[in-house]
Amino acid sequence: MTDRTQQRRSSDHDDQDEFRNDLLALLPHMRAFARGLCGRPEQADDLVQETVMRAWTARDSFSPGTSMKAWTFTIMRNHFLNDLRKNRRQTQLDPEVAETTLVARATQEEGVHMSDLQRALDKLPDERREALLLVGAGGFSYEEAASICGVPIGTMKSRVARGRAQLHTILEPAGESVAYSPA
Amino acid sequence: MELMLTDRKPDPVRKRSVGGGSQQPGARPPGWAQGLRNLYDSVVSEPLPDSFDDLLKKLDQAGDD
Repeated sequence: MTDRTQQRRSSDHDDQDEFRNDLLALLPHMRAFARGLCGRPEQADDLVQETVMRAWTARDSFSPGTSMKAWTFTIMRNHFLNDLRKNRRQTQLDPEVAETTLVARATQEEGVHMSDLQRALDKLPDERREALLLVGAGGFSYEEAASICGVPIGTMKSRVARGRAQLHTILEPAGESVAYSPA
Repeated sequence: MELMLTDRKPDPVRKRSVGGGSQQPGARPPGWAQGLRNLYDSVVSEPLPDSFDDLLKKLDQAGDD
């Protein structure tokens, strides 16, 4: 083996290690996005694991210097939607699961009970829910979120606005102010 | 109660934000907006469950190849 070949292999190995470490560092964010998409924690974690394996297999198609978070979220979203089309919404939120996973983290200061929020989120059309998750919770810009979902930026802005309005309507029954109601 | 979200008059002064659809300047953001963020962050801060052990081992082995 020539020195140049050895150097190239060593460099490839370093790149692979870096890719793997970056991918693993994103696991918590992938789990959070998947939880929002699926509702069910176990199903969400299955989605994350499948996404990680797909990302690993497709690592050569990742462009270094671009956002790995956006890249993995795109893979996850596409996989989720494909499964959804195959098996239209097994993802109805189990109220009991929501209570056990979300209530413990609710606080008075949040105003909205977390389980109520998850249930409301689950009532939104898929495209509005993912738009709110990406922009409102995931910290993506409209442009990044539009790229992840494969839609024009104007469409993404519209989805966020409509999702926001719908969520507000669901959570604020007539005559009540959500922001100040106890959890 | 009539929600301000139904008011379609454009407001060039008010800065748009994800959670700010019906806020007055200086008002608290709607509970759901912060709640959405908290919902996401609460999962981010969770430790990885044991079900991820196999996945981590697979990636470790792949990196050693």
